Amino acid sequence: MNLEQLRGKLSYQGILLGGVALLTSAALAFASRATEADIKAAEAADLKQSLAQVLPGEYENDLLKDTVTLPGSRGDVLVYRGRRAGKVEAVVYRVIGNGYAGNIVCVMGVSREGKILGVRVISHKETPGLGDKIEPAKAKWIFDFDGKFLGDPPADKWAVKKDGGVFDQFAGATITPRGVVNAVKGGLEFFEGNKTQLLDEAGGVK
Amino acid sequence: MNEKYARITREGLWNNNVVFAQMLALCPTLAVTSSATNGLGMGLASTAVLLLSNIIISSVRQFVSAEVRIPVYIVLIATLVTLVDMSLNAWAHELYKVLGLFIALIVVNCAILGRAEAFASKNSVADAALDGLMMGIGFTLSLVVIGGVREVFGSGTLFANAHLLLGPAFSFLEMTIVPEYKGFLLMILPPGGFMVVGLLLAAKRVLDQRRAAREVVAVPEAAAS
Repeated sequence: MNLEQLRGKLSYQGILLGGVALLTSAALAFASRATEADIKAAEAADLKQSLAQVLPGEYENDLLKDTVTLPGSRGDVLVYRGRRAGKVEAVVYRVIGNGYAGNIVCVMGVSREGKILGVRVISHKETPGLGDKIEPAKAKWIFDFDGKFLGDPPADKWAVKKDGGVFDQFAGATITPRGVVNAVKGGLEFFEGNKTQLLDEAGGVK
Repeated sequence: MNEKYARITREGLWNNNVVFAQMLALCPTLAVTSSATNGLGMGLASTAVLLLSNIIISSVRQFVSAEVRIPVYIVLIATLVTLVDMSLNAWAHELYKVLGLFIALIVVNCAILGRAEAFASKNSVADAALDGLMMGIGFTLSLVVIGGVREVFGSGTLFANAHLLLGPAFSFLEMTIVPEYKGFLLMILPPGGFMVVGLLLAAKRVLDQRRAAREVVAVPEAAAS
């Protein structure tokens, strides 16, 4: 029987579909195994790189392995800790703000004293050209947070200028910077509220 | 023989252009063409997948019966896209961070299935490969033009951030066409995409009509070439 006749048979079509599905799944399974380790390594390197942006300086430990999970106002917060001489010198965690078009996910680094080391926006859906000035590639605005803490500016000044605070808003976009400022303020309050666990000093001075 | 290849090339680049003649792949087209660089990235990724999928489908065409061809093609294309996605993520991670978004969108690019069905399943591997390549280049050019128009009117730049996609050597592409431009937001947002596609489509039709009118006058010359 030649291919021409075979192709018209119902059983041939079933076997063909099954065979194609089997072959492609095998290829995918193989590729998934072959790439898994490399993808993990690349993503860890990515994370490290973004952590380094908000956590300048050298730390003796592997940040990705020294973590603690604490309950925050919007679900559990995964905190990465950087140590020097065994003491936690800085912590990094995610905060989420309410933007104009959905969540604005930021990562912020806070020093042992509660000062902001840096804030970066990881993902957002704000309007291009207006709200996206929160990205460091588009504007310097996000660097305004560096060195600030609860008290400088005082708590009631942690807002955009339109709301009586000290942070600039953008022309045509107030909701976006307001969301980021509130998220960062919330992040600092989280730090103050969980200081002992964050700094790993539950058992007193180490 | 050369005549055939020239025809496939013309079809892909202009006469049967994916966006402006077949009107396929409009969803990814409108979604990513907010800048010329994004258009280029999406175009290049689609070209690679189109080329590979045409080759694969053309080489198995004798074994696939007409009744089940669509599911077979879809499974093959989806697998191919996933493989490209995984290998880029693992071994070209910097590129993946720029192109990652586009690769996932290629699965819903009906142009790929369209070429598999309309061309690769009926032609030899070499012809299908050329068709995939030319359709891909035509698609890339369309995306770059749409993205370029939207970017110039929307933000006053052209090929902004090209170095992220192509490497630092290509940063010379980045141009500021209108300095101190305040931006025209509409062009960057989806409605601007519809408008630009519509206007460019109208422009292509006008060009085609003029050419057709000229060819009627100059029939003997056209036959000679």
